[in-house]
Amino acid sequence: MTEPAERRLLTPEEYRQAQDSPEFTELRRRFRRFAFPMTVAFLAWYLLYVLLSTYAPDFMATPVFGNVNVGLLLGLAQFVSTFVITHLYVAHANRRTDPIADEMRERLESHQYAGGGRATDLSKGSTRG
Amino acid sequence: MADLSVVAADSGTIGSPAVNISIFGAFVVVTLVITFRASRNNKSAADYYAAGRNISGTQNGLAIAGDYLSAASFLGIAGAIAVYGYDGFLYSIGFLVAWLVALLLVAELMRNTARYTMADVLAFRMRQGPVRTAAAISTLAVSLFYLLAQMAGAGGLVTLLLGITGEAAQALVVVLVGALMIIYVLVGGMRGTTYVQIIKASLLIAGALVMTLWVLTKFGFNLSALLGDAQAVAVEGRDVLAPGAQYGATSTSKLDFVSLGLALVLGTAGLPHVLMRFYTVPTAKDARRSVVWAIWLIGVFYLFSLVIGYGAGALVGPETILGAPGAVNSAAPLLAFELGGTILLGIIAGVAFATILAVVAGLTITASASFAHDVYASVIKKGQVPPNGEVRVARITAVVIGAISIGLGILALQAGLNIAFLVALAFAVAASANLPTILYTLFWKRFTTQGALWSMYGGLITCLVLIIFSPVVSGAPVNPATGLSPSLFQDVDFHWFPLNNPGIISIPLSFFLGWLGTVLSKEKPDLDKNAELEVRSLTGIGAEKAVQH
Repeated sequence: MTEPAERRLLTPEEYRQAQDSPEFTELRRRFRRFAFPMTVAFLAWYLLYVLLSTYAPDFMATPVFGNVNVGLLLGLAQFVSTFVITHLYVAHANRRTDPIADEMRERLESHQYAGGGRATDLSKGSTRG
Repeated sequence: MADLSVVAADSGTIGSPAVNISIFGAFVVVTLVITFRASRNNKSAADYYAAGRNISGTQNGLAIAGDYLSAASFLGIAGAIAVYGYDGFLYSIGFLVAWLVALLLVAELMRNTARYTMADVLAFRMRQGPVRTAAAISTLAVSLFYLLAQMAGAGGLVTLLLGITGEAAQALVVVLVGALMIIYVLVGGMRGTTYVQIIKASLLIAGALVMTLWVLTKFGFNLSALLGDAQAVAVEGRDVLAPGAQYGATSTSKLDFVSLGLALVLGTAGLPHVLMRFYTVPTAKDARRSVVWAIWLIGVFYLFSLVIGYGAGALVGPETILGAPGAVNSAAPLLAFELGGTILLGIIAGVAFATILAVVAGLTITASASFAHDVYASVIKKGQVPPNGEVRVARITAVVIGAISIGLGILALQAGLNIAFLVALAFAVAASANLPTILYTLFWKRFTTQGALWSMYGGLITCLVLIIFSPVVSGAPVNPATGLSPSLFQDVDFHWFPLNNPGIISIPLSFFLGWLGTVLSKEKPDLDKNAELEVRSLTGIGAEKAVQH
């Protein structure tokens, strides 16, 4: 594969250096701390709904008001939870991960991870807290 | 094989074929003009495969909705709700929740690390040849299943809406649809296809909104009254408001439903034509924005489908729907005719055809890109291809795949399978063959080539074998109403796998094989490549830039 010149500009050492940097560890931690538990949560909630629909149809058929029953409300709740999680994720990414990612990208572009030592500066506000 | 022409002769068509054809014709003319205009900017491979990465997040969100809201969503889900009630609704929930997997775990990271195809990421830190070949094979398999579903939908629509009954004439219509699709792909590339998707998604969502409001007006915006009427005319003894009408019969069918639910929720993030859409935007943030748009559009559309489905049940009645050509898939068009007569039916029919055309074009460009980029350029030519050689091969492949899908479409005309159900099989293949490897590649440092190959081939082969020996292909009990078995082949029975959907076996097995292949392999993971993949995926450094024109 011939790769575009711009991508060869970063050496494997720079990537290793960047990967080992504390700000990258923090970026990865923030990303995973949100994405992984949330994925487990919405999959569990979805599977619970599927299992209830399959093995507890009588419970799902319990009327709540008029012809609207528990099953329909739980189904609509799946829509609501999907919209809410989407919103939470976007807010999390904007506030917590994008600032670190943007800052690291700029540093990588100016080769601040080249050549040994930590070319990193944690004092820049956005990587904190 | 079922003979649709006989069914059609009995019940006839609805609406005016002339109106239906002219509305669809107008869509074709407008989109062709746009496609030709878009083609002026098609110069490089990035233009052809990824629309120059110049599509905005909002536009791409609409295009994703256009890709995703296939004939299965529009016709299949509304039909399933009309006839089986609640169980049809379950489909749409799985299809929607699945987008969270794409949003949280896949979309942005893939955008940051890939160039044109799914295999770009999967092969990133592995041995290129074998992994790219495996990814290309599974891309082709998923795309062909999906194509089959779309073409089956086209078959039913043709009979219902165009008043075309002879098998030869129906085949001619499928050939025309296929030829049009090839033109979109050859001329417009990804950019042209994207515009077609955007127009189609807008029309589809607007059409569904009109029908939803119309149905609700008839019931004074009282959901409970709509549900009550749908229940009153339901097939005798069937509770369409609670789960179980379609899947609750036996313990096997219950397990089948859990299997389906798993395939739906895990399949989306492994669909190659959905993944490829993430490469058409300039940055990972636009990829995120496009998924957010897609989730809202798709979610709202499925809420419309709920009303349309129960509306079709209440106003048209399940017996009329099941008696019409195209059976379950004809619920939405029949409701349109019931509400707005010839004109609304014409619009909805035109939109439904446009849906099939656009989705088929999206699938074709994905499959052809995967063959040209992964198999031809990377494996056969080892990266030594002349400028534009790859795109030329992609165009030839698009014609070949177009021809195959025309052939499949003509076959699908003769078998009356529910489209949503065929799409569910495509999701099962995507969830088994692709998703485990995508997640391991992005998140597990030790993952190796052997793990990737075991997971992809293991998932794909298990899935295909279980489908071949399932009641989908042979041995499902004969339906007393039609005198036919819902299986693909009549009068033979070689099935031993009891479930229609293989997901519950094949997905966990594929995850397990990926782990086993990795821990048993002697190969050391490439730590340099792993660092590059991880840093690029999370920071966006080195991501492909938009093409400047």
